[in-house]
Amino acid sequence: MNRSMIDLWVGVFVVVGFAALIFLALKVGNLASFSTDDTYQVQAKFANIGGLKVRGPVKSAGVVVGRVADIRFDNESYEAIVWMTINLHYQFPRDTTAKILTSGILGEQYVGLEAGGDGVMLKNGDRVRLTQSAVVLENLISQFLFNKAAEGKPEEKK
Amino acid sequence: MKQTQIVEIRNVSFGYDPARPVLRDINLTIPRGSVVGIMGQSGCGKTTLLRIIMGAHLPSKGEARVLGHATGSLDGAGLYEMRRKMGMLFQFGALFTDMSVYENVAFPLREHADLPEALEHDLVMLKLQAVGLRGAAHLMPTELSGGMARRVALARSIALDPQLILYDEPFTGLDPISFGVIVRLIRDLNTSLGATSIIVTHDVQEALDVVDYAFFMAAGRVIAQGTPDQIRASPEPFVNQFVNGKPDGPVPFHYAAPEYAADLELA
Amino acid sequence: MELAGLRSRLERLGSTVTSQVWRLGYASRFLFYLVAHSGTALKRFRLTTAEIYFAGVLSLVIILVSGLFVGMVLALQGYETLQRFGASESLGVLVALSLVRELGPVVAGLLFASRAGSAITAEIGLMKATEQISAMEMMAVDPIARVVAPRFWGGVISMPLLAALFSAAGIFGGYLVGVQLIGVDAGAFWSQMQAAVDLRNDILNGVYKSIVFGVAVTWIAVFEGYDAIPTAEGVSRATTRTVVTSSLAILALDFVLTALMFTGGSH
Repeated sequence: MNRSMIDLWVGVFVVVGFAALIFLALKVGNLASFSTDDTYQVQAKFANIGGLKVRGPVKSAGVVVGRVADIRFDNESYEAIVWMTINLHYQFPRDTTAKILTSGILGEQYVGLEAGGDGVMLKNGDRVRLTQSAVVLENLISQFLFNKAAEGKPEEKK
Repeated sequence: MKQTQIVEIRNVSFGYDPARPVLRDINLTIPRGSVVGIMGQSGCGKTTLLRIIMGAHLPSKGEARVLGHATGSLDGAGLYEMRRKMGMLFQFGALFTDMSVYENVAFPLREHADLPEALEHDLVMLKLQAVGLRGAAHLMPTELSGGMARRVALARSIALDPQLILYDEPFTGLDPISFGVIVRLIRDLNTSLGATSIIVTHDVQEALDVVDYAFFMAAGRVIAQGTPDQIRASPEPFVNQFVNGKPDGPVPFHYAAPEYAADLELA
Repeated sequence: MELAGLRSRLERLGSTVTSQVWRLGYASRFLFYLVAHSGTALKRFRLTTAEIYFAGVLSLVIILVSGLFVGMVLALQGYETLQRFGASESLGVLVALSLVRELGPVVAGLLFASRAGSAITAEIGLMKATEQISAMEMMAVDPIARVVAPRFWGGVISMPLLAALFSAAGIFGGYLVGVQLIGVDAGAFWSQMQAAVDLRNDILNGVYKSIVFGVAVTWIAVFEGYDAIPTAEGVSRATTRTVVTSSLAILALDFVLTALMFTGGSH
């Protein structure tokens, strides 16, 4: 195997290797869908974020418009503060509602944005005022039982 | 600034394991331009002495001066400088198996001198011509016979025109013709390069035909030295046994063992 | 006496452990020396390129074929289980994450250790046994800089590329089985995969893993080769040690890296 053949094959190998990396990055990962510079950040406070995780999707009308960037706890209002990164292409009015929803029945949780009608848009650093917390299963069950007990006969109490 | 003594070994003692010395208080000098033999049985320390001269080991006692410098006083760079003026022929050639004959001989040139390709080519051909293998330049080491491999290794070791050439058992396993070739080469190269050659071997008869002077070693000491005629006529019993190839003498035929009768369970 | 036997066994165990620790220290110094003297390998990049060829290009076939089969098996096995929870559309996610995070770096690393690692050890060990290393030292060429360093960097550069190729082949295999053979929806396969696989956390972490594995495997391979006893048996033992030690190192490092990278993530 002479020198130039070796060089050729090594070149091919390196090119193919990098191509595999790029393939993984573009087709497999989510590099293509998001670039970090054309986004803006907004925050929202929730009484309970349920199972929401950082990097979870932020959707509006079912379309991913951003990602959850950070989740903090406000020690004064005892609420969760969720920071979201939203694509600059998508502008939302100041009276948008942020709700924590679940994909499917047992799927992952995400932030759903429902646009209001205000003419002024949210800017970088603004707070979404209208929020709805996640539905916590235990609260739901205890509420159900409470309702059942309240409307039902005494014998059904267990 | 030319040294008259290329190698000076003064009171050198050495052992790989400090408790068991391989060399005991060796003294010898090797004058410029001579072909010198260091001979003795396997295990007498001659290869170790060669490695001391090479600078691969430092003497535990005494001093080894090679090409004007004490090996103990040299740092890594100094050691490499010294070795660039030396050439060594290893027992089985030690050619680089992944390179052709040409590339093997060109190796020292490429590593140490930045020569234009035409000049390098001419030099390699010159060296190969000196050993009679210019036509084998394109062959790979695996395609060479033992004798040819050794000649190529010799061409490689003289690539940088060394002042001192070391031979480690150059005659081992050679047929009479190849042997004749090597003998002629050792002499001719020494003369044409104006170098000094040291041959370490136990092939006494062959060596005595080549060398100007010989040192005889046994058990880590130099027990005899002289010109080939002096050695052949030496009264020293060990030298006598060795030179004449007698199976029994100071070096006994029988390895130390208990009484024979007792071993056979008689008496 | 029982106690004496036990005591001697403990002593032997203790000395084995200390000798292993000493060897690790020696190997670390070897690595530092190697990296410090990598100038030749990088300036004369041709040397390293040749090693990338021998370690990387010649491993391509086994890596791509193995990757393909692993991906296909993942799809088959994964579908069986996911389908029970009505989550068969997440097959792409399963295949991609398994490969990119774990199987790509680890299995490619194991294959690399057995194919290229053992070859490197055998080659360096044999060079040592046939005195080629000594010959190089005698020609004032640092064998670690000339022979060992290019092989080290060749392996380190090849490993991440091979791991990426393994993952890519695996995902393709998963696609073949999942979409073409079983009938999972192609759109769901790719889109769910893209949504779930993160560039930084998954793919990049996988690349870091493969770089760490590459360094570990190649370091072990060159060290075992250079430290091998220069006999046929010694070289064969060194080759076995390379494969075994590399494999264990990969699995142990994988655990440590996975714990660092993928768990305890931010919430």
